[in-house]
Amino acid sequence: MEKNDALKKVNDVFIDVLDNEDIVLSYETTANDVEDWDSLNHIQLVVTIEKAFKIRFTSHEIQSWNNVGEMLDCILTKVA
Amino acid sequence: MDNMKGFSQLKKNLKNDFSHLKSIKIALLGDTATQFLNQALRGTGFDHGLDLQIWEADFNQIERQVFDPSSELYEFAPDVVIIFQSTHKLVSKYSKLKPGQYNELAQKQLDQINSLYSEIKSKLNAKIIYYNYPEINDSVFGNYASKTEQSFLFQLRKLNYELMVFASQNPNFYICDISSVQNQVGKATMFHTSVYINTEMVLSIEVLPIVAARTVELIGSMYGNFKKCLILDLDNTMWGGIIGDDGLENIQLGALGIGKAFTEFQYWIKKLKNRGVIIAVCSKNTESIAKEPFDKHPDMVIRLDDVAVFMANWDNKADNIKKIQSILNIGFDSMVFLDDNPFERNMVRENVPGVLVPELPEDPADYLEYLYTLNLFETVSFSDLDAERTKQYQVEAQRAIIQNSFTNEDDFLKSLNMLSLVEGFNKFNGPRVAQLSQRSNQYNLRTMRYTEADIEALASSDKHITLAFTLEDKFGDNGLICVIIMEKQSADTLFIDSWFMSCRVLKRGMENFVLNNMIAAAKNNGFKYIKGQYIPTPKNEMVKDHYANMGFTADGDGWVLDVAGYDDKKCFIEYK
Repeated sequence: MEKNDALKKVNDVFIDVLDNEDIVLSYETTANDVEDWDSLNHIQLVVTIEKAFKIRFTSHEIQSWNNVGEMLDCILTKVA
Repeated sequence: MDNMKGFSQLKKNLKNDFSHLKSIKIALLGDTATQFLNQALRGTGFDHGLDLQIWEADFNQIERQVFDPSSELYEFAPDVVIIFQSTHKLVSKYSKLKPGQYNELAQKQLDQINSLYSEIKSKLNAKIIYYNYPEINDSVFGNYASKTEQSFLFQLRKLNYELMVFASQNPNFYICDISSVQNQVGKATMFHTSVYINTEMVLSIEVLPIVAARTVELIGSMYGNFKKCLILDLDNTMWGGIIGDDGLENIQLGALGIGKAFTEFQYWIKKLKNRGVIIAVCSKNTESIAKEPFDKHPDMVIRLDDVAVFMANWDNKADNIKKIQSILNIGFDSMVFLDDNPFERNMVRENVPGVLVPELPEDPADYLEYLYTLNLFETVSFSDLDAERTKQYQVEAQRAIIQNSFTNEDDFLKSLNMLSLVEGFNKFNGPRVAQLSQRSNQYNLRTMRYTEADIEALASSDKHITLAFTLEDKFGDNGLICVIIMEKQSADTLFIDSWFMSCRVLKRGMENFVLNNMIAAAKNNGFKYIKGQYIPTPKNEMVKDHYANMGFTADGDGWVLDVAGYDDKKCFIEYK
């Protein structure tokens, strides 16, 4: 899977979970840039992403990313 | 389960307008984080027509909130308190015990729960919902865990069992059985390790909608929302094959092959009937042919005795269900319809709003397992009288036939030889009085709901006059069917706090008999006026003009009757 395809898929998850059509993610996007992306919603996002990609993150990984790009890199190591 | 909403859909419900919904104040106290559960409960409540106003205690504050008389919990004054103590915290408690004390865990926890319950009960008139404990096997003892009281598993199972015993002895303490939810979905679905590590939440996002559904169903049934009647199709629902085409010998029923699935399904229906769910049949068939298996097939579990209303004809099913409703006199929203045919299901869904029509799996072998997951028949009460209900409705259908042969209504009523036992509330009628208050929606002037504990308190109150009425006639005994609670408002005035009656006994002159008794009670106790009030709900329009019809005069937003000027109303009911 290309990183850009993963970005699109993750973007869709954000739109659905945060119920906000205006969200446009880039590799550099951080939690501060997105309204409602707080620590609680982060967990719901992560679980929904796990389901969408049929992967599982470790507890440590979930808290390790500094931006969307790092999250995508982590996803890409898990999908075939 | 497939058509159940996910957590993010429930969250979207939170943006909806709740203002027209029934509001209930809920306090949520947990020893783990409960923010998502809070959102899931409120979102699920919306789909059940409830505006759950949830106050959530800060994390791990159960004891402080309960034992501090000036806490936010008591200031909030909830109708329902949900207490969620997790198995994870229970494991930690166990793990910190000294060896030799392991076997005391269940009893210690139960003592603590008991003191939480007593404390809340002494300060609030609230119902308590307690989540039981989904199993964690710590695998310290292997299979020997079931053979020693020292193991965690032994203590956990003992605790779950003792909680049921405790609930059965304390009317306002209810268990929400999330241990069964884990049995259904599996532990891997119930619990998500990384969510737990990062948020302190012990329920996975996937299982939240199910736990919320079980909880809200329980809350709903406390407020009178539950199913009373199961309507069944016959061909390929109750048995395999088509009786009209295949004949009695060839329908599939009994121990062999797919017949087993239908037989087991029928045993389930029989248990529901014994619990007091009314069973009705709605089938496109010639009546005599449809009844044949009930009379003659050796493997039929359900017999004609078990069926309150039998509708087999060639009319459309929506019309037949409306007929069943008019005979039973219960709300459409208290009915469930099961049919293997998707066309009939959609037809009923579209034309009889309110009736719950679950999808049925294509393979009859899956019927039961699927129905088990739906929790269709939640209830907050059960009494011996429930088992008699089918007979009463059958008698009602018979009465409807006889009534047609009398042209004069008085002659008909006289011919019934009606008898009524009139008593105040007591130990024996209390459970049924409470149950009737939960179940009566239409003939109910103020729709106040009472628990058994409430009724017990009213029975000994010197500020209240209580009356409970039974009714029997030559066709059978209807049991306790009408309840009056009058509150002493001032030295000369009684206020009718509650007047509710089962719709089974409409048009028998019961209301006249009841008012005669109310007036007699008022006179005997020296009261001059009786005041009443009608509080409209979506279901009680039937009694909108009740007080006007009974001879009360308008008085502000209520009604008043002068006791001295009252002449006994005509009725044909004698005292038992």
